[in-house]
Amino acid sequence: MPAMTVLSAPALATAFKPADVDYSAIAPMLIVIAGALIGVLVEAFAPRRHRHVIQVSLALVSLVAAFVVLVTVSADEAHRGGTLAQAVIIDGPALFLQGAILLMAALGVLTMAEKFGGQGADAFTPMGAAVPGSPHEAAALRAGLATSEVFPLTLFSVVGMLLFPAAGDLLTMFVALEVLSLPLYLLCGLARRRRLLSQEASLKYFLLGAFSSAFFLFGAALLYGYAGSLYLADIATAVRAANGALEGLLLPGVVLVLVGLLFKVGAVPFHSWTPDVYQGAPTPVTGFMAACTKVAAFGAILRVVYVGVEANRWDWRGGVIAVAALTMVVGAVLSVTQTDVKRLLAYSSIAHAGFILVAVLAFDRTGVSGTMFYLVAYGFTTIAGFAVVSLVRQGGSEASHLSQWAGLGRNHPVVAGVFAFLLLAFAGIPLTSGFAAKYAAFAPAISFGGRSGVALVIIGVLCSVITAFVYVRLIVLMYFTEPPAGEVVVAETASPFTTVAITIGTLVTLVLGILPAQVLDLAERSSQFLVK
Amino acid sequence: MSNPYVPLLFLLAIGGGFAVFSVGAAAVSGPKRYNRAKLDAYECGIEPTPQAAGGGRVPIKYYLTAMLFIIFDIESVFLYPFAVAFNQLGLFALVEMVLFILTVFVAYAYVWRRGGLEWD
Repeated sequence: MPAMTVLSAPALATAFKPADVDYSAIAPMLIVIAGALIGVLVEAFAPRRHRHVIQVSLALVSLVAAFVVLVTVSADEAHRGGTLAQAVIIDGPALFLQGAILLMAALGVLTMAEKFGGQGADAFTPMGAAVPGSPHEAAALRAGLATSEVFPLTLFSVVGMLLFPAAGDLLTMFVALEVLSLPLYLLCGLARRRRLLSQEASLKYFLLGAFSSAFFLFGAALLYGYAGSLYLADIATAVRAANGALEGLLLPGVVLVLVGLLFKVGAVPFHSWTPDVYQGAPTPVTGFMAACTKVAAFGAILRVVYVGVEANRWDWRGGVIAVAALTMVVGAVLSVTQTDVKRLLAYSSIAHAGFILVAVLAFDRTGVSGTMFYLVAYGFTTIAGFAVVSLVRQGGSEASHLSQWAGLGRNHPVVAGVFAFLLLAFAGIPLTSGFAAKYAAFAPAISFGGRSGVALVIIGVLCSVITAFVYVRLIVLMYFTEPPAGEVVVAETASPFTTVAITIGTLVTLVLGILPAQVLDLAERSSQFLVK
Repeated sequence: MSNPYVPLLFLLAIGGGFAVFSVGAAAVSGPKRYNRAKLDAYECGIEPTPQAAGGGRVPIKYYLTAMLFIIFDIESVFLYPFAVAFNQLGLFALVEMVLFILTVFVAYAYVWRRGGLEWD
């Protein structure tokens, strides 16, 4: 029995052998960590008026440098495989998803850097600790304080996201989960406007996130009890050997770990935090979180499912199929009744999580590549979409209520046009990345998912129709409705930062819709998980 | 072989049964004499005050102190096993440990520069 061998191991090995570290393979993570630490020092020592510039450049430089190193490393097959005593596995899916996370995070940082040409107009509160509406807060505003800590926090979160899909054992995965989550909880509570809503979002996200982390940890403990090891490779071996005695620990362990992970992607019934947090968080943070967290969490789901516990998938597959179906239906149906743009996009992201789960459930290499392609397509569209939402303002704060968007297309044709295009991509209209992504996600489900796969695809297509209705209604509202009388809703002129972010996001959405072959091909070549 | 989940179900039933029984037994058999003190907030012996000083908020200083404690607590948790096995670990571990402590000092420098060490 594997469990006993580990329990009887000597407490402290006499000869210590340091783990082999392939520094090149983990260099992207190290660069981002270094950037984050330097960012903290900048907060401590640099004069206040220079901090914003330094932080933005530092964050962008470290993310881009990490991406360049990642591309260089991925060209060399010698750096593939497990390192740091197999705690980190650098393989195709890990490299692909890490690259996607780094690029999206760079766009996210660009949107966070937006200041709308002046003091006191960025998305973040001048002082997070001041009570909303207090003299303390007003004093902080007059003093021109700014929370430029958001940039190091974002980098710390990115480190966790990079590690999450590359974790070779459940403990590393848990550490990555916490490293990516804790800065996000904080970032969610830092909105400049509607601060109580933002703090509420932060608290909800933290409490529910802590709860789901506990689920994950408990599941990991049960799987350790079952397999005698936290390494996914060893768990896979133990599952295949299936030697009876501790079999009772396997299914609860798998289910609890999956609950913890499905929470992070916002799958129903673990989605209740999503609308509140997406609405309350500062809009650039929402975009960053919606895109990058999804990529990282689905990367982790793929690794746990495809490397760790695939062999007993017949035991737990039914539950995940039900979750996928529910996620699509609930996300699509509830998006119909939303009156706030950010909540609408939140429910749309829930539906998208369901679509991605359909691809995950194909249990085939094409399912992995379909999932990864979908994540890239969805991520870039989402960041651009939330960046556009942050531009539409009334009296200095965001106008996120749908009624305020009426007639936007007349006064601001470019902004409304870009948003309409992004909405069509969310809906999955041909010539946008959404269509190519849905095809890439649904095709493997039909080929390899069996009867349940076909059923899920049918549900998925029906739900796409429902969400398409929601998006088209919003487009009609922007173009064919009179603007509300007496209200001045404007699309602010964006700084180059946001303009670049929206342009890149929109271009990727367009290019992946017209010429998806290159990225699809890359996803397909990167879809092989390594066990060690 | 019996189903491996049966013991879990038993545990669930025993746990639930114990909770229901305890609450139920207390409700049925316990005396119910009204006493104002019973409705007070539990404050481990101190007279409960309606609001903490400063409008019901706990001053953020306590939170800062707690955070600082955790930083150095975790540092020492890692330093002890390192010190015990220092002879076997060699240069590699020493460098790693210095890096780790430097990382912790980054947080310390931030707290110091931003006034986290001043009580008022």
